[in-house]
Formats: sequence, C-alpha cells, structure tokens
Amino acid sequence: MVSIGCVIKTPGNSKNNKTGSWRTFKPILDKEKCIDCDNCIIFCPDSSVNKQHDIDYDYCKGCGICANECPSDAIKMVKE
Amino acid sequence: MDIPDKDLLAPGHRGCAGCGASIAVKLALNTLGKNTVAISATGCLEVMTTPYPETSWEVPFIHVAFENSGAVASGVESALRIQGKDDVNVVAFGGDGGTVDIGLQSLSGAMERGHNMLYICYDNEAYMNTGIQRSGATPYGASTTTSPKGTASFGEDKPKKNMPMIMAAHGIPYVATASIAYPEDYVKKVKKAAETKGPAYIHLQQPCTTGWGFPSEKTIEMGRLAVETGSWILYEIDQGNFEITYRPEERRPVKDYLSTQKRFRHLNEEHIEKIQKYVDAECKELGL
Repeated sequence: MVSIGCVIKTPGNSKNNKTGSWRTFKPILDKEKCIDCDNCIIFCPDSSVNKQHDIDYDYCKGCGICANECPSDAIKMVKE
Repeated sequence: MDIPDKDLLAPGHRGCAGCGASIAVKLALNTLGKNTVAISATGCLEVMTTPYPETSWEVPFIHVAFENSGAVASGVESALRIQGKDDVNVVAFGGDGGTVDIGLQSLSGAMERGHNMLYICYDNEAYMNTGIQRSGATPYGASTTTSPKGTASFGEDKPKKNMPMIMAAHGIPYVATASIAYPEDYVKKVKKAAETKGPAYIHLQQPCTTGWGFPSEKTIEMGRLAVETGSWILYEIDQGNFEITYRPEERRPVKDYLSTQKRFRHLNEEHIEKIQKYVDAECKELGL
C-alpha cells in the first residue's frame, strides 16, 4: 500500500538492504599498519568503515577505494 | 577532518560500487548537520537513495522533478522563514543534467530572488542514471551513448558549459567549485556556503566509475588527476572575491587524465592537443 505522497516515515531504512552481497573482493585491514589518517572513512561511498576503522561487511560493496587511498598500504583486497 | 559517529546518508543505497555521488552527499550532510532539509532533482542520487519504500536520508528529504529543484528549495526556504525557523539549512542537490540543462531556469530564478539556500551540483559529466547520455556538462571529446565514438563522430564535439561562472554572473554571494578528491577543501566550502546569508552554489566534480569507464577503486584517484592536470580547477568567489583554493605544484599533462578513462580512450593526438590547449587557456584565464 503506497502512502499519501509516497512519504517514507522511517529515515535511513535503506539499511534493510544489505549491499554486502554485491561484493567480489573484500577489504582486509591490518590495524598494525594503520596510521589513523581516516581516508578509508572519509572516502567510503557506503559508510562501511566506523571510527575505530572496523569494516562493516553487511554493506561494503568491495569497491576498493579504501585500499587504493590508504597511504600506508594497510588494506588488502582479497577475493571472497 | 571531523568524523561523525553516524553518517547522515545511510548505507544500503543502490549506488554502484565506488559511487562518487554518495561520497559527495555524505560529506555535505555530515557538515551541515541534522538541522537540514534536503531537496533532490531526479537523477542518480534520487534513484539510488530512495527506492520506495526505502530511503537512505537521515534528514528530511524531498524528491522533485528534473526541472524544479531550485523552485522547490525556494519554497521550502520561504516557508521556514515565514515560520521564523531561520536556523535550518536548505540544501538542494542536482546532477549535471538536472542543473546545467533541465533545472537551469528554476535554479536561475532561485538565485535571482536571493533565497537563503545552498545548491550543490554533483557533476559526473553526463546523464548516468538513464544510460550515459551527453549533457551540457559533458567535456569535449567524451564518448557517451548520444555522442558516441565511431566513424562518423569522435565523441562530444562541444566544450563543457561553464556553469559556476553562469552562477557567478547572477551576482550571488558565494560560488565555488570543488572535487570529492579534496574533501577538506570541499567541506570548508560547504561550511562557508551554509554560513552565507543568501544563495550559495557549489559545483562539485564527481568521477563516475560506470559512465567514465575506470575501475571502481579509482574514483578518488580520477578526481585528483582532473585537478592535478588543470582539467578541473578548484576556486571560490566569495562576495565577489575570486580565489584559487588549490594549486597543483606542477600541472601534469592532460593526457595522464584522459588516457585512464574509457570515454576518452579513442581520442587521437590531435584531439588531445586540442583539449590540452583548451585546458591551458582556461588555467591562464583563471590564473592557475
């Protein structure tokens, strides 16, 4: 049933859609090598890296931007 | 840069892997904060963030037609002002198609009337959502589905429309260009635009993995190459004062940028030289 004006009253409910299933390559972070530059957080198109640099594999689509932008080579892309 | 506990654009959206538009919007919303109303014209952004009955927006959001995001943002701003809610940010997003082509008249009107709003054009240089058709913002030489490379055509035969300068000609208090590859510069400009009383316009270059033809991990790298080669120039015009906000140490040849993208790969030396000359002239004009 479509609501009047197609209003969606639940902000951010696209979280229901776990886009992690799209992934072919998975980013693996080596925290020892991490220099806290936060590039992986800033540039993640899917908000899948939190402040502690934990990667949320529920939503990560495996684009590889984080690995590409990591100045200390701490993220490796590994085939699922 | 300040990292929020929670992004105001939720994950689960249907943007392509490596999508630059979601990075652009996430950074803008996180900067503006929760006290924001967002408006978006039809385009990739609207389609990927609001497949009914789901939404990725954590702030009030209105989707409108291609041609009227400027008009709707004016209305939202006026309604809030009449109610005395002066502290709410009103931001409209449009792709290049929704801004430089179809939405231009309503945006021009909104700027002319002096509404206290911010308009951000996320420019991926073609109509990506509907299948990579050329727009007024498609650069010279780019192959799209309506300006294809082949025996009868070498790609787009006209240079990119200079939208930020068209906005500047409206005499509005703040105009800036930005790139998602330079997030600090971009966020600073969003902050400045939000603090500006009256209309502000930011033209943001946003590389598109699907439409430009490069691997998904290179979205930011491509934006950096555009700026390092002078193909995209970062500047602001604050109360009429023009200033370049980022200068590459040494400008790289434009070929470095063109050769890494499928849309330009067919170009011959003659075309590349023409583009280099065009970029050189633009850089000279703006003092880069």
